[in-house]
Amino acid sequence: MMELTLAPIPFHWSREERRDFYARIADEAPVDTVILGELICSKRAPFFEADLPEVAERLEAGGKRVIWSSLAEILLKRERKATDDLCAVGDGRTVEANNAAALRALAGRPHRVGPMMNVYNEETMTWLAAQGATHVSLPPELPRAGVAVMAEAARRAGLGIEVQVFGRASLAVSARCYHARAHGRTKDNCQFVCEEDPDGMPLATMDGETFLSVNGIQTLSRSYVNLAAHVPDMRALGVGALRLIPQRVDMVAVAEVFAAVATGRIDSDAAGARLDAMQMDAPFSNGFWLGEAGYRRIARAS
Amino acid sequence: MTVGELVCPAGTPAALRTAVDAGADAVYCGFQNATNARNFPGLNFTPDEMAEAVEYAHARGARVLLALNTFPPAGQFDLWRDAAEMGVRFGVDAMIVADIGVAAAIRDAHPDQRLHLSVQAAASSPEAIAYYVENFGIRRVVLPRILTIPEIRGIMGEIPCEIETFIFGNHGLMVEGRCSLTNYATGLSTNMDGVCSPANDVEYKREADGGMTTRLGAFTIDRFAPDETAGYPTICKGRYRAPCREAGYYAFEEPVSLNLARLLPELMAAGVHAFKIEGRQRSRAYVRQVVSNFRAAVDAIREGREPQLADLVALTEGQKESQGAFQTKKWR
Repeated sequence: MMELTLAPIPFHWSREERRDFYARIADEAPVDTVILGELICSKRAPFFEADLPEVAERLEAGGKRVIWSSLAEILLKRERKATDDLCAVGDGRTVEANNAAALRALAGRPHRVGPMMNVYNEETMTWLAAQGATHVSLPPELPRAGVAVMAEAARRAGLGIEVQVFGRASLAVSARCYHARAHGRTKDNCQFVCEEDPDGMPLATMDGETFLSVNGIQTLSRSYVNLAAHVPDMRALGVGALRLIPQRVDMVAVAEVFAAVATGRIDSDAAGARLDAMQMDAPFSNGFWLGEAGYRRIARAS
Repeated sequence: MTVGELVCPAGTPAALRTAVDAGADAVYCGFQNATNARNFPGLNFTPDEMAEAVEYAHARGARVLLALNTFPPAGQFDLWRDAAEMGVRFGVDAMIVADIGVAAAIRDAHPDQRLHLSVQAAASSPEAIAYYVENFGIRRVVLPRILTIPEIRGIMGEIPCEIETFIFGNHGLMVEGRCSLTNYATGLSTNMDGVCSPANDVEYKREADGGMTTRLGAFTIDRFAPDETAGYPTICKGRYRAPCREAGYYAFEEPVSLNLARLLPELMAAGVHAFKIEGRQRSRAYVRQVVSNFRAAVDAIREGREPQLADLVALTEGQKESQGAFQTKKWR
């Protein structure tokens, strides 16, 4: 059985948008797991914190498993404290660690390991499993050949293993906020300008070609990773979970396509055609999976 | 513990000898493959050269740090394991690691081997550093180039290992070890293959107006006017267009070098154990000049004399230069 995981919203969506988004996910999306919390920027967290318990309750009432994300970058006192609080013993939460500080706080208890943790090989995965990791989301740039080895090792170790199959690939994080920089500001006086770009700020080359997306301190691909065509292959390899990154598209429809192809109700051609028909605002890519330049979209050799 | 050890780049055996002769306390270098983050053609050491390099350095009182600072993709781990075994056999003084699996494997096989945590591990908080120290016996952490001096001082008080900071060379603001920009454009990975902007994928194209376009893989990284000097196309140093910046701008950072010469006294007063000079891809002349100047400055500060900081500042003269993150966090 392949499961679907909905990753944390990487962008700065308003409180209302987040509430509406998760309400719809709870009621309609065929996802098994939803990861809540702020991954990218600690300044954004307070806007939605108060709503999280209710959102989590609603998702659980909708039959979803709720997991809590740690921050990817931890520099400031308040970020260190937020991580300690998130990982505190006794709250019964499961946390997905996206920073070594969270890994340290979670050691000895069951937890998940997120794609920011650089789990590229079975030695790293096995070590983390001995520390309590039960589920590992792989870096989006790890190609099929590596995933195949990891899936086999995960099966032996009884771990869950996850591959990002939809949405922009995280390509870099920085201490600098590039949204603030674009508007002549700094991180400390950003005035939350990233809220103007709920699907990321497009960066084009000087020739006008689409290339990257800026999301605060994070740089993402402009293309949406779309591995629908490769889901049957992943199932054969033993990949247990498919990760969807929330984008400004109909994520319920996206989840339905991946759920259908994951269970074999539709084949990969049909899944690809349904995603193509949604006419999203970004090109699709599958280069990383095939060990090629990540931006590329390569048709399968049939 | 010493303060202000000079850790210098050695891209080739000749550069290693130059750095040692110019007064390096330690040199860092790697093998000719993906096990280190400067996996460039024409750089790095064969096993025999590494063995000789260790002998040369040790005979002159300098240490050799072996860079094993990339992330082995599943199925290829043995390349890293073999590199570590050779390092032990040759007697390198420390190994610089980033990957948890690599650290764990060396720790298990050679518990006495000294390990340094690479900047590629992206450990920027006391808790993250402590994670590596407690689990793998890390003895020194190379701090990301994104911390200010007060932050460095704060971290030093909270962690049980030595600290190394970058002091001169390339100035990068992306969190190292978390960057797949090169792989997105070229199909070669900084983390797994040890390359950033590989030369084979670089193109300089002269335009009709006399300007220059630089490309990496399929993407234009910058467009230079006829009177501008074209820089090497690194994605995080290119110019791009955003809806609010239609004319194009340096979206990530200006193409500047890091030169902390002016902050050297303050960093030494803060007790930073080691300073890293970046540039394994640079010439011997560069290595000699930078190392000998920093040697003189560190010695002067240690002996209570006034360091000739102007000489160090002059090393980046004509180029744009930055004190980077270290002075203030206003740049963030």
